[in-house]
Amino acid sequence: MVALQLRSVGAYHGRRLFVEGVTTPTMRSGEVVAVIGPNAAGKSTLFKRITGILKGPGEVVVDGARTKNTITYMPQDTAANAVLTVYESILLARKQGQSWGVSESDLRFIDGIMNALNITPIAFRDLGALSGGQRQLVSIAQALVREPEIMLMDEPTSALDLHRQVEVLAFMRQQARSKGMIVLIAIHDLNQALRFADTVLVIADGRMRACGDPRDVVTVEMLRDVYKVEARIERCSLDHAHVIVDGPTS
Amino acid sequence: MTEIAAVPMEAGRTKYRALARRKLLILAAMTAALCLSFAVDLAWGPARYALSDVAAALFDPASVSPQIRAVVWDIRMPVAIMAIVVGAALSVAGAQMQTILANPLASPFTLGISAAASFGAALAIVTSVPLLPVAAGMLVPANAFIMALVATLFIHFVSQARGVSVQTVVLLGIALVFTFNALLAFLQYLASEQALSAVVFWTMGSLTKATWPKIWMTLAVLLIALPLFARNAWALTAIRLGEDKAASFGVNVRRIRLETMLVISLLAAIPVSFVGTIGFVGLVGPHIARMILGEDQRFFLPGSILSGALLLSLTSIVSKSIIPGVVFPIGIITALVGVPFFFSLILSNRSRSW
Repeated sequence: MVALQLRSVGAYHGRRLFVEGVTTPTMRSGEVVAVIGPNAAGKSTLFKRITGILKGPGEVVVDGARTKNTITYMPQDTAANAVLTVYESILLARKQGQSWGVSESDLRFIDGIMNALNITPIAFRDLGALSGGQRQLVSIAQALVREPEIMLMDEPTSALDLHRQVEVLAFMRQQARSKGMIVLIAIHDLNQALRFADTVLVIADGRMRACGDPRDVVTVEMLRDVYKVEARIERCSLDHAHVIVDGPTS
Repeated sequence: MTEIAAVPMEAGRTKYRALARRKLLILAAMTAALCLSFAVDLAWGPARYALSDVAAALFDPASVSPQIRAVVWDIRMPVAIMAIVVGAALSVAGAQMQTILANPLASPFTLGISAAASFGAALAIVTSVPLLPVAAGMLVPANAFIMALVATLFIHFVSQARGVSVQTVVLLGIALVFTFNALLAFLQYLASEQALSAVVFWTMGSLTKATWPKIWMTLAVLLIALPLFARNAWALTAIRLGEDKAASFGVNVRRIRLETMLVISLLAAIPVSFVGTIGFVGLVGPHIARMILGEDQRFFLPGSILSGALLLSLTSIVSKSIIPGVVFPIGIITALVGVPFFFSLILSNRSRSW
């Protein structure tokens, strides 16, 4: 059972301390955490700090990790012009730091992930020929084949249609539950965050504003303070909280 | 979406295995073509021998005449091997430059390394000023090497500076080309007629300068570089997906770039200092390999070695076949042979180019 806690975590972007003082409750296996906040709030920077790509003060405490690929970060969608097929790009995510040989079990695992994400039909298409949405699905597959225990997903559904968004978020929640992963998802769609996340972490101007149960965190006051919008929060027919934005604060 | 465990799918891995086998076959075919080209390179010249005579000279030297033995082993062999070794080294250097700088135009030629070497050589030829304390016979390659190394290290250290994009590095390389070309022109303007013709000949690139010590040195650098690139094969491939993506796979991008650039500096500088400016191989060799084999470094790396070696070996044959008895500078012929082939590949395989 893996657990993750951030203690006064900060991150340098260049020489500037871009994120600082992030302290969270302990996140546990099976938990889905939505990381929300305006553009340039520091969500990606925080993820890179947790992964170790960026340096900074504070402590990222991971307990109970079983493997060396404990934390995997899925960056925001970027177009790649490498002459590689989708299958090769997923294989190389799995084989980092390993020998040249590719075992049958590696390939079976990749097939399984691709099938689960419904991207088998594009397996042998070149990366450069993919749409933005297809690239995001491939990125999710690349992250999953590393068999992480903690997965940080930076806006994984921003280029997906509504159907795929719901599918992917439900899939990730099911993966978190069944594999005992902790999944942190940076996301702009607050309604999806309210629907799929167990915990919501709000970050703005490089500082954590709140972290906890979505119903306690996503409030009219928080939306006014962080997003500068007037909004209502209502229950939908499925009894999920739903944010309805009336307009920007005057 | 379905559960990962419940997957009977076989198409993916079966097709992947088939494609990997196909790539191995292509590499085998390229190796066979290179062997054939090497044999023809040994057979052709002012005196043309049958391939059977060449094979006999190679494997049973006592069975052929001393004259054939001397021509094959002492005259043509160093040139033919130098073509292969230099072609391989420049192509691999270009391949890894293009990989770590994420730019299809990166090569020892386009980043100013060849221009720097030319300037170094011209400095030796025109002024006899040594940049290293070496014997007079090694003055030209030594000066060329030092200048090539200076240019590569300059590009390397600039690329390491924080906030410098790979595009900036390539632009700096192009600026180096113009700078060293201007300095070269300056030296040519001051040079005597004899020195000027020597400089012009050097800058055209020629394999006739090949000697066994030069071959061993180039080969040694290649043998140092290849295991490092092979060890980093997955990481180098990941870098082509972008810095963030590679880092997300656990690749230490900065370290890999540093290691690779340092090795490239030797890989590019040594052959250029021995044979002069051969511009086309380092640029096009990797592109040919990329189009045929893709960018999985497990195939791309040997593919680049073979395409560069084959390109220069074929060029070596053509350079002595145009006018019997005359060996044209290989730098001229490389482009003339390579461009039509390269165009045909691009036009027939547009989706697989950069």
